[in-house]
Amino acid sequence: MLKKLNKERIKYMIMQQGLILAFIILIVFISFSTDRFFTTDNIILIFRQVAIIGIIAIGMTYVLISGNIDLSVGSLVSLTAVVVVDLHDKIGPGPAIIVGLLIGVAVGALNGVFVGFLKMNPLIVTLGGLTALQGLTLIYTGGTYSVVADPDSTWYAFLGRGFVFGIPVPVIIFLGLALLFGILLTRTVYGRYVFAIGGNWKSSRFTGIRDNLIVFSVFVLCSVMASTAGIVLGSRLMAAQNYVGMGYELRVIAAVVLGGTSLMGGAGSIPKTVIGALILGFIANGLIMLGYPYYVQWVVTWVIIIGAVWLDVLSKKKMMWSWP
Amino acid sequence: MKNSLSVLAKKYPILLILLTCIIYFGLSSPVFLTVQNLTNIILQVSIIGIMAVGMTLILINANIDLSVGSILALSAALAMGLQSFGLVFAIAACLGVGTLIGAINGFLVSKAKINSFIVTLGAMMGVRGLVYIYTEERPIVGTERALVDFGSSFIGPIPTIAIIYILIIVLGELVLRYTTHGRNAIAVGGNYDAAKNAGINVDRHVFINFAFIGFTAALAGLLLVSRTNSATAFLGTNYELMVISAVVLGGTKLTGGYGSMLNTFGGVLVIGMIQNGMNLLNVHAYYSMLIMGLILIMVVFIDTRFKSGPQDYC
Repeated sequence: MLKKLNKERIKYMIMQQGLILAFIILIVFISFSTDRFFTTDNIILIFRQVAIIGIIAIGMTYVLISGNIDLSVGSLVSLTAVVVVDLHDKIGPGPAIIVGLLIGVAVGALNGVFVGFLKMNPLIVTLGGLTALQGLTLIYTGGTYSVVADPDSTWYAFLGRGFVFGIPVPVIIFLGLALLFGILLTRTVYGRYVFAIGGNWKSSRFTGIRDNLIVFSVFVLCSVMASTAGIVLGSRLMAAQNYVGMGYELRVIAAVVLGGTSLMGGAGSIPKTVIGALILGFIANGLIMLGYPYYVQWVVTWVIIIGAVWLDVLSKKKMMWSWP
Repeated sequence: MKNSLSVLAKKYPILLILLTCIIYFGLSSPVFLTVQNLTNIILQVSIIGIMAVGMTLILINANIDLSVGSILALSAALAMGLQSFGLVFAIAACLGVGTLIGAINGFLVSKAKINSFIVTLGAMMGVRGLVYIYTEERPIVGTERALVDFGSSFIGPIPTIAIIYILIIVLGELVLRYTTHGRNAIAVGGNYDAAKNAGINVDRHVFINFAFIGFTAALAGLLLVSRTNSATAFLGTNYELMVISAVVLGGTKLTGGYGSMLNTFGGVLVIGMIQNGMNLLNVHAYYSMLIMGLILIMVVFIDTRFKSGPQDYC
């Protein structure tokens, strides 16, 4: 039976798919503003930059859906990057990468224990983690930066700088992980559980879901994603400054929230997160193309996040009242 | 005697922590307990402390404000940069803009019903961007002597800035205990819907609290640059961390519904003593950062473990 295409349906469709519409409008707008935007090189650049944020955003999506938050990812990127880049010359790229991933597992496990098992407030715990990890990074480097001596002679460079069939490797890693964890989220029981504890924590406990284990696992996932991003970032730069990851947590959360994931938990999607990350990446690149310094992005992102969340709140209110 | 001591310790655990700090650092460093150093501590904590007064109200409401550091930076930059239009104008702009940003946050939280965490997280980033835009990544140096003279002035043996801080604490505690607004804060934080049904104008209340913390952040920024006479783009970075640590350490619950300015004062003193003490003991700044982060985690741990705050004296 065909549904009438009246005003109500159109408004509903816009609110549901508003993100994609906004994305298209944005692309059209920017490509008219400057002719340097729609070149192949530039698009590849955007995707490569988005990939780093995007990898972390995959993990953050899980965390937010479960009703939690992780602010320590930025500092974790810094820590992983400096450690892996530094150890690259000392123990070889392979072992260095393994150490990097282990750092992610360790930090994620700590967060997971604090929030999942000890039921501590995730906001403050990861806020403390943000500072603690930044301190650790500074202690490790002693204030200087890490650098790889000979960037061209190592396979590590392939991770951040290589291409496969013309697509940058970071993008392949990003999309591959997005595919994997997107399927995990929507097609497995585990994914259902993550949605459940985010949606209604008490009820999910009563149904026997081991919420502490699930929360523990999402934090481990998020931190491992952050470490992966740090490894890829280190590969691309072949060096790592102490504050290289600073501010990433805000951009990642912005991307995830823009993609429609609710901060209250219980709702979200990986594909939409990918689009959210892309939107922010295009905006950031567009602003630079238009000649604005990098910090203008922050103000624009602020407005966008507020707008996106506000729309989300409004749409939820409307939904509630439109139920028969 | 022993009974009343343990009751005191249970009611105000921050006192115990404060005492431990004083004893530990007092023994570890010969300089710690000197008048000079203690005056120094009060001066340094005044900045964080003034913001903590505002943050206490916010946390009692079961909200949070992550943007105070950025608001401080913007206000400080304006106070320095607009002096060519006259000192009065610069100060007015500084305090006004801070309060305005607080009001914007307050509007978004109370009227648009957006989670205070995301509102202030966005503001933290966006306002910082505004600071960078305004300062163009260069430090702004002030030209008015009057402001600098004020910043280094004393009333008797105590710095004027510290006096201002003490006054604000007293004012804050009086408001919290003896005014309708203050009592409402506990109600709103304890049970939002019940407070609303009881007739409290919750939206206006929350709005006022956010505007107020914006004001305190601006004031803190003003007093900070009155001492340093220079505003940089990264001023106030991580201050929100210390402010929240101090307030939660002092006993205010993150879940809202409980808190006191005097407790916050204790928390602020502890944080200040730890930073000062670590400095005196020559602990490297990097380790200091790590320790501050760990303290925050420990503070939350204690906050979660000992949930029985207000039940002891209903």
